[in-house]
Amino acid sequence: MNASQPQNATHETGACRCASRREFVRRVAVLTALTVGGVALGSERSGASKRLNDDRMAVLVDLKRCVGCRRCEWACAGANGNSHGPIEECDDQSVFSTRRNPSTDRFCVVNRSVGHGADAKPVYAKMQCMHCEHPPCVSACLVGAMRKDPSGPVTYDASKCIGCRYCLVACPFERLTYEYNSRFTPRVRKCEFCRHRTQRGQVPACVEVCPVEALQYGRRDDLLKLAHRRIADHAGEYVDHVYGETEGGGTSWLYLSPRPFEELAEVGLPALSSHSPAERSEHIQHTIFKWFAAPIGVATLLATLNWFTRKGSHS
Amino acid sequence: MSAAIPITFFRYTPVTRAESRPRYFTPGVWVVAAFAAIGAVAWIYRMLFGLGAATNLNNAYPWGIWIGIDVATGVALAAGGFTTAFLAHILHREQYHPLVRPALLTAMLGYTFVALGVMTDLGRFWAMWHVMLPTMWQPNSVLFEVAICVMCYLSVLYIEFLPAVCERFVGRVNLPGPARVLNRHVDRALRFADATLGRFMTIFIILGIMLSCMHQSSLGTLMVITEGKLNAFWHTPALPALFLLSAFAVGYPMVIFESIIAHRSFGLRGESDLLSRLARFIPFTLGVYFTAKITDLAVRGQLPHLLDRGTYSRLLLSELLVGVVFPFIIFASRPLRSRTAWLFVGSACVIAGVVLNRLNVFLFAYSPLDRSAVYSPSLSEVAVTIGAVAMTVLIYRGIAINLPVIEQLEPPHAPHRASVPREVSVAIQNPVTSMPPTAHVEWCGPSVTATATTQTWSYT
Repeated sequence: MNASQPQNATHETGACRCASRREFVRRVAVLTALTVGGVALGSERSGASKRLNDDRMAVLVDLKRCVGCRRCEWACAGANGNSHGPIEECDDQSVFSTRRNPSTDRFCVVNRSVGHGADAKPVYAKMQCMHCEHPPCVSACLVGAMRKDPSGPVTYDASKCIGCRYCLVACPFERLTYEYNSRFTPRVRKCEFCRHRTQRGQVPACVEVCPVEALQYGRRDDLLKLAHRRIADHAGEYVDHVYGETEGGGTSWLYLSPRPFEELAEVGLPALSSHSPAERSEHIQHTIFKWFAAPIGVATLLATLNWFTRKGSHS
Repeated sequence: MSAAIPITFFRYTPVTRAESRPRYFTPGVWVVAAFAAIGAVAWIYRMLFGLGAATNLNNAYPWGIWIGIDVATGVALAAGGFTTAFLAHILHREQYHPLVRPALLTAMLGYTFVALGVMTDLGRFWAMWHVMLPTMWQPNSVLFEVAICVMCYLSVLYIEFLPAVCERFVGRVNLPGPARVLNRHVDRALRFADATLGRFMTIFIILGIMLSCMHQSSLGTLMVITEGKLNAFWHTPALPALFLLSAFAVGYPMVIFESIIAHRSFGLRGESDLLSRLARFIPFTLGVYFTAKITDLAVRGQLPHLLDRGTYSRLLLSELLVGVVFPFIIFASRPLRSRTAWLFVGSACVIAGVVLNRLNVFLFAYSPLDRSAVYSPSLSEVAVTIGAVAMTVLIYRGIAINLPVIEQLEPPHAPHRASVPREVSVAIQNPVTSMPPTAHVEWCGPSVTATATTQTWSYT
């Protein structure tokens, strides 16, 4: 609907050259009303698929291939200027004994899910910002410090941030971290999809370093096709589900797994509904404040009550 | 509309007076002051050393008691301001006028400390002004709506309280030391406010109620986005409606609770007749809230689980039984609500219920995906929260003693504006043309007795 209006506009403006002044004024008025209405309706549509690029990028994680070498953690720390030791530190398997979460100096972490049964093979799952298609953190941020780039990444701008941490509350994957220990300039820290690298034509550091090609970087549409083909080609080896295709309204990080995803909630792949949590709150918000009707209605009601109950109105 | 507003809008009319001006400091007040001082120290500590040092917040629990209590609960408990203003000024129930100013004062102080609480919790509090920058506005954000609304409402509350300041200080501005050069200007400003505000006050009242409805409900919408983390008892798209209805419900109990405490504390005889008349409305507001709450639980299929969710069941049931059902019975019964003790118990229960509800939604029922994460407030967090309440009480007391707020409390300088003869007040309605400032000061002087002209200004 929104797309059709600009076309209308050019058409109508052209036609009014030969019309009378009165007609011109009338048409301008109608057009203005249409445009204002369109903008108002359009602005209420939330950021969902409104302006996402068809070529937006994503990463496909194949949990069957991942061996838990944690090279991605190490490369991630290096690419983002976070502290890290020599590459040998990745071989320390003891970290798998407890669940780890991303932290302010480690934007991605790998966790192990042991699995049940005698011959169950462990599954290693990498967790980082999922770069949602309709990110709740972006919807939550009141100053626009969180932003969904049409090409995929969800990015953070510390210069706008006021530090309310509503984004952390809103994140359905709980991937955002906060520099609580910074006295005056704490920042939200998270995977930025290696934007500084992809802008130079490189792939994200974790993808580059992965020795078993468990991570693949590419167009989201292509990766989804690839994922479904891989499930079909290796019948029985994968669960017939691509995690992230619809979870939380869709994410840029997609997961293939040999084990049911219900068992992997503990390593960072929670069961989520197919809509973004932001959709509902935005819907409520924009229904209440559509045309500012509810507040104006309340004010009108109050003014009316005030008028009819005023002193002397009964006599 | 403005023509219908009497110039005496909000004006204070003394009925009876305290024997003498109450002392500010009593043993109890010293205790409160000690809590306020500890809170101030903890607050300074947080401001100097940051959130990490002062709080137990973490990535799984980004919001603690400063948001759950100081902000969410604070806003709810300040609902007495707009609900009482609605009754007295929108519905013109003049008999409730004595309750308006105390309620407004509480709301004003409450919201001031809500704003301070938000600031304390913000990691980059110095960037707070970004919220006022239209280029950064992000209207999809529920928090944006809350922030803008709270800012606007705080300003409206200060305006609504201004008449009390004018009444007390017009003609008596006496700033200390070198600031006295400003006396004349401050006095002029107050006279101008006094003369103009009456005409527009209804607009501010309406605006205040509208803004309250907007952000009281949005405070509920705030947690709709936590789908998957907030327990299903509380996570519902109806959160905004439930928050608004519970704010309506807690408004009058809050006014009753405060009135009883304040009058007792100042040694006044209290306004139990008026309070029990006000209490008649509470069964309706509580009933509407309870119906909405139960309907919401039923529609979402949560009622069958009412008893089988352990701690969550206990939290929900205490919220409903202690906070809604029990006080409903008290306030619905005429003999019970005519007794101050029961009024106090009933309103305390409603308040406790709403406090528990806000805590449930923001803290207790919020369970992060990381099950190992824990949050229990640090000493500094508790100290700041208690300190904020203590500070509110202290400032309330100071203003109540010195400004015309509580009807039975005589302001210190005997004849206040209520004693100004009509001719003079007519003159100050028109400050541009004929304002005789010196003459007015004379008129306000202590030689004029209050009782003689009080009737001129009363509502009867």
